[in-house]
Amino acid sequence: MMLHTVRRLVTPAMGRCASTLVLVEHDGSAVNPATLHTVSAAAKLGGPIHALVAGDSCQEAAAAAAKISGVEKVFVAEGDALKGQIAEAVSAVLLDVQAKNSYSHIFANGTVFGKNILPRIGAKLDVAPISDIIDIKSDSTFVRTIYAGNAIQTIESCDPVKVVTVRATAFEAAADEGGSASTEAVDIAVDNEKSKWLEAKLSKSDRPELASAKVVISGGRGLKNGENFEMLYNLADKMGAAVGASRAAVDAGYVPSDLQVGQTGKMVAPDLYIAVGISGAIQHLAGMKDSKTIVAINKDGEAPIFQVSDYGLVDDLFKAVPEMINSIE
Amino acid sequence: MSGLRVLVGCKRVIDYAVKIRVRPDGLGVVTDGVKHSMNPFDENAIEEAVRLKQKKVVKEIVVASCGPAQSQETIRTALAMGADRGIHVELPAGTEADLQPLAVAKIFAKLVEKEKPDMVILGKQAIDDDANQTTQLLAGMLDWPQGTMASVVDVGDGNVTITREIDGGLEDISVSLPAVVSADLRLNEPRYATLPNIMKAKKKKIAKMNPGDLGVDIAPRLKVLNVVDPPVREAGEKVPDVSTLMDKLKEKGHL
Repeated sequence: MMLHTVRRLVTPAMGRCASTLVLVEHDGSAVNPATLHTVSAAAKLGGPIHALVAGDSCQEAAAAAAKISGVEKVFVAEGDALKGQIAEAVSAVLLDVQAKNSYSHIFANGTVFGKNILPRIGAKLDVAPISDIIDIKSDSTFVRTIYAGNAIQTIESCDPVKVVTVRATAFEAAADEGGSASTEAVDIAVDNEKSKWLEAKLSKSDRPELASAKVVISGGRGLKNGENFEMLYNLADKMGAAVGASRAAVDAGYVPSDLQVGQTGKMVAPDLYIAVGISGAIQHLAGMKDSKTIVAINKDGEAPIFQVSDYGLVDDLFKAVPEMINSIE
Repeated sequence: MSGLRVLVGCKRVIDYAVKIRVRPDGLGVVTDGVKHSMNPFDENAIEEAVRLKQKKVVKEIVVASCGPAQSQETIRTALAMGADRGIHVELPAGTEADLQPLAVAKIFAKLVEKEKPDMVILGKQAIDDDANQTTQLLAGMLDWPQGTMASVVDVGDGNVTITREIDGGLEDISVSLPAVVSADLRLNEPRYATLPNIMKAKKKKIAKMNPGDLGVDIAPRLKVLNVVDPPVREAGEKVPDVSTLMDKLKEKGHL
């Protein structure tokens, strides 16, 4: 009798005993798209993926999280103590879920939300948090960027629990349908007298979200003032794009801070990134150099942005941008 | 208010304008002979403490830095900006890259025990490791509230109202003192240390100690396996006019 032995390639380092808790980012009713990328990163580890949805009113978000492909269970922590998803309260709940379930990995988005909360968990668990990973080599080996993306480091953690934030642009998005996770309410006996969420002043826009948009048009100091950003908004509307900005434009007050793309702002990797009046400082490039196609418009032909652009137009943006708008029906 | 004591942290990093090079041994970046400066976010942290002192909300600013002998220069800069005294937690030369945020937070937790500040202000992230963790770690260790990515810090009676830069805009929180705050770049515009202040700063005290004196184990938890260059993005083409650009984008399916 012939035995056909099938050699299955098993990557021994990928934990068959890995289990991940994903802290879901949400606004009460919808799950933030970045969480889908974090789930897909967790999926690379193998092992069950559970999610925690915490907030003062988050049933809808919990239901949405339960539909994410790959998520098996959603813990729902709902109560006034979690209003604003304040770090002290969310971390207390997360630690409680961790204590009861002993996950090997705790993941969150590499967004302001995830970065605010996860290191606090790291302290309580006495483990070294790992920020903004762009790849997973094994259940203890991760890749991340340093020096504004000018170097890439591979690190190995010897801690028993890996507390990790994930850069969304480096991973695919898990499907937001098809999952059928069970949900379980979490008791939130949180004693937090020390901090209170007051209010949020969010930018309201019908445009696509900057972090996940397929096309981004960014303006820099060359725009000279906030009113001139109007033409970028017009172009963006014609192209179904989001609008971003360099730090210089935000510092100068042309646009609000949530438009900032760069090392200390948002990381974006759209299909098309159009940099208008942006010189291309290292810190800005850090936030957009993974874009598939980069277009630069700047009247200075020597601007560093042209070193990374696929198509560079040396021209006066006040002439070029209106031309672009007119050329699109 | 009798005036608060603030502990501010600062880190000596490769200057933000320097083009960094990966070391031939692939385990780090070249630091020898490379210009170093105070981490930009830490300048914002110190500036905020100095402004609070000028408003008489703060009565004493203690600045601390963990690093090699040259970190003393970074501390002197902070003293020249207006901090009152310094603490240098000295590391052996060449080991600074091994000091990771968890260890830094433990060191600062010990300093907090000694100095009993009402508030700790750190920079949001160091531009070398881009970690953005130390404030959150320290707050967790001390079980103090945290105010990260702060663009406005408003100290009240026993509490601080903080405006944070978040992904969707801004949010306001209120935390009770003592608290740990991380400074974002738009918190303020840091002053340049003037020559007279640099001279005055030479007389200010810097206490020296090492992590062992504080009983902190600084062994790194994360082992760096390698450091490599990122994928190179080559420059593409220049296009002569808008219509050529639009044609190219149409070809690529973007329009």
